[in-house]
Amino acid sequence: MPFVNWLKRHLVVIAGLFTLGYLLLPNVVVTVFSFNKPKGRFNYEWQQFSTDAWKDPCGVAGMCGSLSLSLQIAVWATLGATVLGTMIAFALVRYRFRARGAVNSLIFLPMAMPEVVMAASLLTLFLNMGAQLGFWTILIAHIMFCLSFVVTAVKARVMSMDPRLEQAAQDLYAGPVQTFLRVTLPIAAPGIAAGALLAFALSFDDFIITNFNAGSTVTFPMFVWGSAQRGTPVQINVIGTAMFVVAVLFVLTSMVIGNRRNKQKA
Amino acid sequence: MSAATEAPPPLAPTAPEKKPPRKRGRLTPYWLLLPGILWLVVFFALPLVYQASTSVQTGSLEQGYKVTWHFATYWDALSEYWPQFLRSVLYAASATILCLLLGYPLAYLIAFRAGRWRNLIMILVIAPFFTSFLIRTLAWKTILADGGPVVGALNTLHLLDVTNWLGWTAGDRVLATPLAVVCGLTYNFLPFMILPLYTSLERIDGRLHEAAGDLYARPWTTFRKVTFPLSMPGVVSGTLLTFIPAAGDYVNADLLGSTDTRMVGNVIQSQFLRILDYPTAAALSFILMAAILAMVTVYIRRSGTEDLV
Repeated sequence: MPFVNWLKRHLVVIAGLFTLGYLLLPNVVVTVFSFNKPKGRFNYEWQQFSTDAWKDPCGVAGMCGSLSLSLQIAVWATLGATVLGTMIAFALVRYRFRARGAVNSLIFLPMAMPEVVMAASLLTLFLNMGAQLGFWTILIAHIMFCLSFVVTAVKARVMSMDPRLEQAAQDLYAGPVQTFLRVTLPIAAPGIAAGALLAFALSFDDFIITNFNAGSTVTFPMFVWGSAQRGTPVQINVIGTAMFVVAVLFVLTSMVIGNRRNKQKA
Repeated sequence: MSAATEAPPPLAPTAPEKKPPRKRGRLTPYWLLLPGILWLVVFFALPLVYQASTSVQTGSLEQGYKVTWHFATYWDALSEYWPQFLRSVLYAASATILCLLLGYPLAYLIAFRAGRWRNLIMILVIAPFFTSFLIRTLAWKTILADGGPVVGALNTLHLLDVTNWLGWTAGDRVLATPLAVVCGLTYNFLPFMILPLYTSLERIDGRLHEAAGDLYARPWTTFRKVTFPLSMPGVVSGTLLTFIPAAGDYVNADLLGSTDTRMVGNVIQSQFLRILDYPTAAALSFILMAAILAMVTVYIRRSGTEDLV
């Protein structure tokens, strides 16, 4: 039975590809339905092909505004979380200090907490302080939950770094600032970049924490959530498709560049 | 990672020789830690205290709330919303098991069988992250729609009768049933399972497989006795990373479910943002947190991978 044998040998591959299909199917649907011309307010049923939404991506009131707000928040949250998180990661790997266990748990806990708990408790704090919910409360929340992820990413990289490189730099009369900028930072850069990329994705796509702490401010995920109740414009799918394509292209180019550099070095 | 082994007195004369010698600035680590830790204390830890205090307050929105140590709120919340709690645990557990069953072959494929396709598959696993998950969850409404391809296929295979009998679906529908919610949860948290699994599988020395084969182990035995045990750290962190967010999720239950599939996250959300009953919402959220932390602690202890954290 050659077929059965073939099946046995490739069972893992078949199952794996099935999962990959499961993961990608919604993206295919999102893309296909960005060319739909729905009859009613909701874009869940295929009617006919049309490129209307692609020609007028900002044709829905409030959508592109919410998109640019989300981008702004994501940029600032990434910046804040990356700076604070990198500092913590360096302190954890390179120095001895008291209360290390407490610091480690404080960093681990936000990742082990359901988002809805963090969201609700943060809202009680803001309500108690009488804070005005909006841009700033969203930004504060995003920096908070991105921080731990940045620390984890940077820590992994700094830990695998040879401390003798820095000693060598100092032996060659580099000052502490120069050593940090010319030796430490370039080596840690991939870890920091990974952390920043993760923070950006998490912040840009966050819904639950934002939903609690946004007040009447509308980010892009909140816009999508609202439209799920009122009627989903095709433009949402256009944005979703464009984001997917941009992300894939971004990763592919960075990989190609990385490969080339490796080849040049070799 | 006990504090005792890791924190010798910083003044000890032998300390600088073991660690990279930084003579200047015994205070440097504290300055590095200060801003980030302060941020987490004020916006993560302090809110939990505020939430605990809110949960034992009584009063009304108009007259304001006061701490009255009214613990009955907890009892009332539990007795009224225990079905939602139970549902959250059941749905999250089902989604976690499904994620493990679906995610393991793909992680295995990427780690051992993908060859030059490895990076491409990796990108395809991560890339959906960058499209808003709400848009992708809405796409499931189309996929699982009444009279759609999935419902049709299940009907033809008479699987719908089985799921109806199990109570996972109702009538000729998949949408607005527990099956749809679990399907959405599985989909949304699958990458959180695949990535840690892949990381621990990739570390396995390929020669161990050869050795097992040389010792006449059949592929399945090799997997059971060598590969799977060695991938346990990935299994543990993957299941945690899937179960925890799934248990607190309310997006899938709201978009793909009905009022009969409401999870505890839905209750917390509507109590907080619509009904504005803060004490009940805070109590529910506190119970959820305690339950999850307890489950996670027991789970990590029992699976014997405490060094994971």
